[in-house]
Amino acid sequence: MTEPILTIERLTIDLPRGADRPHAVENLSLELRRGEILCMVGESGSGKSMTANALMGLLPGGVRVGAGRALFHGGDVLRLTEREARKIRGAQIAMIFQEPMTALNPLMRIGDQIAEVFAAHDRHSASERQARALDLIREVQLPDPEQIIRAYPFQLSGGQRQRALIAMALALEPDILIADEPTTALDVTTQAQILRLILDLRDRRGMAVMFITHDFGVVAEIADRVIVMRYGKVVEAGPAEKVLKSPEDGYTRALLDAIPTGHVPQNAAVEDAPALEVRNLCKTYRTGGGFRRKARTVTAVNDVSLTVARGEVLGLVGESGSGKSTLGRAIVRLVTPDSGQVVVGGTDLATLSEEEMRRQRNKVQMVFQDPYASLNPRQRIIRALIDGPVARGVPKDKARARARELLDIVGLGADSADRFPHEFSGGQRQRIGIARALAMDPELIIADEAVSALDVSIQAQVLDLLRDLRARMKLSILFITHDLRVAAQLCDRIAVMQNGRIVEVGPVHDVFLSPQEEYTRTLLAAVPGADWARETAVAS
Amino acid sequence: MKLWKRFARNRAALVGLAVLIAVIVLALAAPLLYPGGPWRMVQRPFLPPMGVDGLYLGTDTLGRDVAAGIVYGARVSLLVGLVSTLVALCIGVPLGAVAGFYGGWTDEGAMRFTEFFQTIPNFALAIVLVAILQPTLGSITLAIAIVSWPPVARLVRAEVMSLRKREFVDAAHLAGLSRPRILISQVLPNAVSPIIVMASLMVATAILLESSLAFLGLGDPNAMSWGYMIGAARTVIRSAWWLSFFPGIAIIITVLALNLIGEGLNDALNPNLERAGKP
Repeated sequence: MTEPILTIERLTIDLPRGADRPHAVENLSLELRRGEILCMVGESGSGKSMTANALMGLLPGGVRVGAGRALFHGGDVLRLTEREARKIRGAQIAMIFQEPMTALNPLMRIGDQIAEVFAAHDRHSASERQARALDLIREVQLPDPEQIIRAYPFQLSGGQRQRALIAMALALEPDILIADEPTTALDVTTQAQILRLILDLRDRRGMAVMFITHDFGVVAEIADRVIVMRYGKVVEAGPAEKVLKSPEDGYTRALLDAIPTGHVPQNAAVEDAPALEVRNLCKTYRTGGGFRRKARTVTAVNDVSLTVARGEVLGLVGESGSGKSTLGRAIVRLVTPDSGQVVVGGTDLATLSEEEMRRQRNKVQMVFQDPYASLNPRQRIIRALIDGPVARGVPKDKARARARELLDIVGLGADSADRFPHEFSGGQRQRIGIARALAMDPELIIADEAVSALDVSIQAQVLDLLRDLRARMKLSILFITHDLRVAAQLCDRIAVMQNGRIVEVGPVHDVFLSPQEEYTRTLLAAVPGADWARETAVAS
Repeated sequence: MKLWKRFARNRAALVGLAVLIAVIVLALAAPLLYPGGPWRMVQRPFLPPMGVDGLYLGTDTLGRDVAAGIVYGARVSLLVGLVSTLVALCIGVPLGAVAGFYGGWTDEGAMRFTEFFQTIPNFALAIVLVAILQPTLGSITLAIAIVSWPPVARLVRAEVMSLRKREFVDAAHLAGLSRPRILISQVLPNAVSPIIVMASLMVATAILLESSLAFLGLGDPNAMSWGYMIGAARTVIRSAWWLSFFPGIAIIITVLALNLIGEGLNDALNPNLERAGKP
């Protein structure tokens, strides 16, 4: 076995006083070898990103390395002066980030940003820098290299931006590439491409990769070795094969169990009566334009028809920009559709006036994506739950009693009613969001990426809750998600959306096991860890 | 209480608060300290500071006590600063909120109206208004309010525009709340902190404006104010420096204190914007 290129010994990172725990990372030891991909897995707050930041000397204010060493080329990278650290950063250890848009300078052309890396380390002449930038752009397989080198970040798609960022990271041929959740913000198909690119580059350049992720699917896809972290401590480490197949630690096992697998449930019998009927719905956005200038039009929803039966969960799956969120918002009339019908309980919601709509609001409710933005930070929980019913004319006492009852049902306890949103975690807030939707006694709930922002174990709990509520209350749910694995867990039928159109609708079983459309097949193939999930599904 | 703790972490803001409280106490206690009022002639004119017992800051051209003038001037300055800011908020907040929340033509109309005021230089407009309305405390306050509301409207508009796109506002729409109600109960409470910060700074600006007006002789002739004192003393500035020096110091200290408080409030209310490198 080759010599390790980076050795971290008993690393402890101290958090400032008053934080929820004394150490962000405790006693972490690891070795990273040339040509190896090491995955650090953990849920949010497990300290995995802190470790990467410590290596790069990018710890936030108040957080400092308490103890331990990180040996790299014979020196300790944790004890460098700012000057020495700058030399190593980029040149020998490079990093890529989760959100490529914020990591790139929006006012600089892609080529110049890559060339700047050389400039910062005083390499090559100006013209040579451009030539090398072009080579790098080719190497990360960006289309039209001559065009891209002159493009600004906003002209690139998310996946292309991440490629540009990788090109910057590779510029000085680093020994180690640290990737902090580089694919989390990307669509599945793009994610699969980026993962392949990283594997490819590793093989070609023989660099070591430290890959930070929360997704075991991604781990199964690329990892050689895995470190599982929780609350800043390593709970399990070992070869990927072993950790995934026979995890020793209880927490690892729980994480693996919580992953939505490709396990496809049997179709439940569905009533014929529809809760929602969407007919030929269209929505086109126009931006810009004016006197003698053409407006930019984006057709977000293009002639979509679908039905959700009473008591059914319909999954609406698609990549970002496919129009699935616009469709959801058009159904609840947060967006007014251009044409078409949205029939709920015999009323066409799409054509009601604003005042009439206000009276019909209770019929369709929504659970939002971002648990932090969807609750008013200055309002107690109880207000969020009773505002709607009270506006409908339910007496205050009754609404209050019902709100407490609902909080109990979603597993929060009635006494949480008088607290403020910031006192709750993301998963708890999402439960509040569900309770808020239920408080209106809706005929249909639209869940717009309702579990996407949550950690896997929390995700599993919220999915359990939805499944339970649906069985108990006969809820009809339109479940919008980009994650096929999640959709497979909860939904009865699945509708796949692409470019504003529904390309395939069918029972989960059929869509997953015998997809009819090419696009559906691509989506399914791109799910990280698909092969591994299939193996485990067969094994169990 | 958390708010107070964060505010107290900023030493300068605490000093500012202490100074402001001292000025307020002096202003309130003016009739007790100087029962004769600021206009009474108490001694020979042009007595230098510390010259005669009990006249620490000397006397002015007519033999009036400068210290009494400053203490009574504090009442005028604070009152004008506070009331004009309140009036400006009463104009700017609703206008900005409606413009930002409803958008479209409402926004266009409100913003053009605001720009109309912004294109006229503040001070010139204030002078014209006071000249037309006759200089009384009321008209001065109103004039200051009228020239200082546009920035409030723009700030509130920007805040509301970003808040109305948040998911909790969508949720309120889904709950069937009416739009005015969403604006008042959901959106505006979340825009309060920047408004408070701005208001504290506006009080300081208003004090400066009032002083400038009084300096030009457009102050209320029945109210002793700092600006008036400096204005009256400018002809003798070389022979009797203390006549303009002490009121000037009073203005500087008060305005500085308000600015420090504004800064402290900003840090306390927007902890996310905390500047790097601070302990």
